[in-house]
Amino acid sequence: MTAVEIAGAVRSGEHSAVEVVEEHLERIARRDGGVHAFLHLTADAALERAAQVDEAVAAGIDPGPLAGVPVALKDNLCTRGVPTTCASRILEGWRPPYDATVVSRLAAAGAVALGKTNLDEFAMGSSTENSAFGPTRNPHDPTRVPGGSSGGSAAAVAAGFAPLALGSDTGGSIRQPAALCGVVGAKPTYGLVSRYGLIAFASSLDQIGPFAETVADAALLLDVIAGHDPADSTSLPSAPPSARAGLDRGVEGLRVGLVTELTTAEGLDPQVVARTREAADALEAAGAKVDEVSVPAAVYGLSAYYLIAPAEASSNLARYDGVRYGLRAPGADITEMYVRTRTEGFGAEVKRRIMLGTYALSAGYYDAYYGKAQKVRTRILEDFDAAYQRFDALLGPTAPGGAFALGAKTTDPLTMYLNDVCTIPSNLAGHPAVSVPYGVDAGGLPLGVQVLAPALGETVMFQVAATLEASR
Amino acid sequence: MAGMAQRITTADVAHVARLARLAVTDEELERFTGQLAAVLDHAADIEALDLGGVPPTAHPLPLANVLREDVARPGLPREEALAAAPAVEDDRFRVPRILGEAP
Repeated sequence: MTAVEIAGAVRSGEHSAVEVVEEHLERIARRDGGVHAFLHLTADAALERAAQVDEAVAAGIDPGPLAGVPVALKDNLCTRGVPTTCASRILEGWRPPYDATVVSRLAAAGAVALGKTNLDEFAMGSSTENSAFGPTRNPHDPTRVPGGSSGGSAAAVAAGFAPLALGSDTGGSIRQPAALCGVVGAKPTYGLVSRYGLIAFASSLDQIGPFAETVADAALLLDVIAGHDPADSTSLPSAPPSARAGLDRGVEGLRVGLVTELTTAEGLDPQVVARTREAADALEAAGAKVDEVSVPAAVYGLSAYYLIAPAEASSNLARYDGVRYGLRAPGADITEMYVRTRTEGFGAEVKRRIMLGTYALSAGYYDAYYGKAQKVRTRILEDFDAAYQRFDALLGPTAPGGAFALGAKTTDPLTMYLNDVCTIPSNLAGHPAVSVPYGVDAGGLPLGVQVLAPALGETVMFQVAATLEASR
Repeated sequence: MAGMAQRITTADVAHVARLARLAVTDEELERFTGQLAAVLDHAADIEALDLGGVPPTAHPLPLANVLREDVARPGLPREEALAAAPAVEDDRFRVPRILGEAP
């Protein structure tokens, strides 16, 4: 059952939320041993919450648009009293004293949180192999990665453990695993969804977004979590656009641009490009006007991102010092304590990014690296703006290929970073983008196509996404 | 090439590791230096761009100086703020010695 169907059935009293939750917990018990989507399950709390939803329905109270819908939460979202680790040893055992705003919004909408999902440590990675607690496996093929960093959330939806999940996307961490797991994943406009309680990686890029099996379910979840939050100073004060409003509009007369730089990006599997062109044809057949468009500065996105994101991370992760929460490794003085705590607590990829970011910000290199990357960011924004003068939405591949084997890209970090080449430009611009499953590769593994839209263009983005889904 | 940064060295990596409060072994130092160099080599494409006159973007939103009403609200209670600390003494975070012994 989809989230839309579950919420409808629970609200009408046709189905009990407890039964829905029990059924999903059974699937997890049966199969998550081989997938490892979850780091922590909150089964008892979920059943209790589901019972409350059923009681509300029985009492004639509407529990909300996600009544009784099980949701999986990426483990970089703070959950009050529930372990939140970021898949890092440095936060092992930590129980946050507050809920992230998205977690509160889900609860207020009647959703039932099932637990916390695996990720690359501090959301740094594209395969979920950087988790300190072991990798997640792709439900379509256990020898392959689910993508990352939100691999646990993507796998949870793909395996039917939950119809909905939340992830975070800094450079593609929702869209790329969605593509590799054959589910829908959206990164909203920067500032549309509150980041309060999302453990920071790169604050000018991070954004929380939905995973779902269907486009309509993703739209439903996005509409619940979107909206202004005074607790996040980067939260947009304007009324949020409706994702669901786009679902039934079709694409007749819409102008859609196929982005040349995304279909010719480095390292792309030709099968991915073929699926993207098929998607373009399908939109044209549905009445859209499709043309090629160039976003020239997008080719510099990867380089700019791998300076900006580590720079911000090096600052954000300075807070893990063994003083207020998390791991502390003893030391004779405070400096030794800091060094030992951080050295023992962080994995190799996190250390690499912290050092890279520290270097990019350091005296003598700031202008050449971080400063230059920020100017490239301006260029990318300008080039997208020019494209959106002529087009309502843009189209491109999501990931360079289908799910790869565990271990295939762990030796050389740059090879792993290239996974984000098509997703990064949207993060740098702060624009929304959604990955929709579109066909498979020669090995039968799912591939994704990405719909990009201008800032606050979620309605048109979901118009195109829904049309693509219907055309498969 | 003029304006191009020098290739990152093991001494650079040792320096940033120290700044970031990370200890690295000699073997790690070699490996990290090679890996960071590969990422920075990739970034040579933007180093070579002429971006004179292009303003930097630190943030994608045109939001600045976001203020709210100056109304007092309850903060995190002290016991909750201290509950997750590795060491606490007299309602405060306890840490190892900060200043060195006098010579």
